[in-house]
Amino acid sequence: MTVNQISIFLENKYGTLSEILMLLAEANIRIIAATVADTSEYGILRIIVNDPQRAYALLKEHNVSANLSDVLAIVTHSEAAGFARTLQAFTKAGLTIEYMYCFSAGEKSILIIRTNNREAAREVIRRQNMDYLCENDLLKFN
Amino acid sequence: MNQEYWQEELETMKRPDLERLQTERLKATVQQALKSPFYQEVFKQNGLTADDIQTLDDLRKIPFTTKDDLRAHYPFGLVAIPLRECVRIHSSSGTTGNPTVVLHSAKDLDQWANQVARCMYMVGLRDTDVFQNTSGYGMFTGGLGFQYGAERLGALTVPAAAGNTKRQIKFICDFGTTCLHIIPSYATRLAEVMYEEGIDPHRDTKLHTVCIGAEPHSEEQRKRIEKLLGVKAYNCFGMSEMNGPGVAFECKEQNGLHIWEDYVIPEIIDPVTLEPVPDGEVGELVLTTINREAMPLLRYRTRDLTCFLPGDCPCGRTHRRLARFKGRSDDMIILKGVNIFPTQVEKILMHFKELGSNYLITIETVGYNDEMMIEVELSDLFTDDFSTLQRLEKEVTRQLKDELLLTPRVKLVAKGSLPAPEGGKAVRVKDLRKIC
Ligand SMILES: [Zn+2]
Repeated sequence: MTVNQISIFLENKYGTLSEILMLLAEANIRIIAATVADTSEYGILRIIVNDPQRAYALLKEHNVSANLSDVLAIVTHSEAAGFARTLQAFTKAGLTIEYMYCFSAGEKSILIIRTNNREAAREVIRRQNMDYLCENDLLKFN
Repeated sequence: MNQEYWQEELETMKRPDLERLQTERLKATVQQALKSPFYQEVFKQNGLTADDIQTLDDLRKIPFTTKDDLRAHYPFGLVAIPLRECVRIHSSSGTTGNPTVVLHSAKDLDQWANQVARCMYMVGLRDTDVFQNTSGYGMFTGGLGFQYGAERLGALTVPAAAGNTKRQIKFICDFGTTCLHIIPSYATRLAEVMYEEGIDPHRDTKLHTVCIGAEPHSEEQRKRIEKLLGVKAYNCFGMSEMNGPGVAFECKEQNGLHIWEDYVIPEIIDPVTLEPVPDGEVGELVLTTINREAMPLLRYRTRDLTCFLPGDCPCGRTHRRLARFKGRSDDMIILKGVNIFPTQVEKILMHFKELGSNYLITIETVGYNDEMMIEVELSDLFTDDFSTLQRLEKEVTRQLKDELLLTPRVKLVAKGSLPAPEGGKAVRVKDLRKIC
């Protein structure tokens, strides 16, 4: 139901992002999805990779401020309608979406979601019988 | 036998006896100083002779000596013995103009080693200890000063010198180092690297004591060093003009630094009016050497800000205690009429476990306003959430505002993005103000 996501603290400085991406690329880590959220002072780069443990260890080793966490990864089929239905299900359950981003894998769209209540969100997914990805599914992206 | 004191008679001397000793040594020092061209001139210009200085109060008749005086009479203008009787020269790290130099006779070096040994003994070090000195050697006094002191004490001494953190750690582990002399910002850095390398200082080393000095730091930083390294950390104070380390040192009470009054006469003055401040008030420390022959200094303005702590110390030593140093009178930032010391900022930042120990204060002119920006490293990214970061920023700002009485701009930066101290002093303040 969840996959590992790595969040990286980025200073709004020229070249910071590309340095980090290079680091991962050189270690042959595949970035499956990435999104950057920022304020005027700093940003957070959130990435889903094929080997999160190795990527996280590598970042630590290079003294990068990073955080490893779990996020929900829900599979939807037709983008707009699928997204809407999924979000609606969470909202109806009284959950707030803290952030979301998506990527596509073949026919499917994968929606990455962080809500304000992890357990309640899991419950919604189970009840609504939503399709989702697990950590192991990421290995298929190799 | 487990004695408390290195020199019990001198360290616990009754005040009246100590003052008699000071008076005697002061008179001898004035006689000695008058053998130098500089003090001959100073006394002549002020209509003073050695006979005018009979009591401790008479000291105030003598004008202050400043760093500029030392620079202007570089290199030998204050030397009071023939050069062939001098055996060593040390200098400060001056960045502009002449450095300040101090010359020593063999007797001066002997006294200095004894003084440092006295300090180290006071914090519980014995000849069974292994002492690793991470100070720079060479002209800088923290190297040889501690070296000779530790040898006098009889400790096994490791002159590791500054830098090369991995090598420092190897020595600590291999030689069973029990005590370090280290600057505070480097102590936290060293601990971080140890943990990164999988070494737990509590479990894998024999460290029990560190002597920290050379840069102002807060009580919080001391606590952090003690916790990280599993040691007792003691503040030490010294300056090359006063030989170097060994001028004042904390005892096991960790409450103020005993200034050795058989060695120097301390005064605390208002740096603006130059008048003595009432006891307990912060001012600039002024020191007169009374146990040095090659280059006596009379009423030397140290630029260091501190105050005397009232009352007797439970350790039984009668030499007065100085409060933790508040910074230097020339490091003090004056912003919008408020006096600010980097140690105040540091004290607040240390409260937050989310923050690292590295920070940088920048003062800059924005429009017509001078503003303070404080960049501080995150210890790690502890959250994936902006609002948590913003709440942290806000809370840091609020606490800084309460402490500094003005609102700084706080900027969180990535770990390792500020220049890391490695042996040298950390740069804490950048003043980019346009002086119109
Ligand atoms: Zn004491």
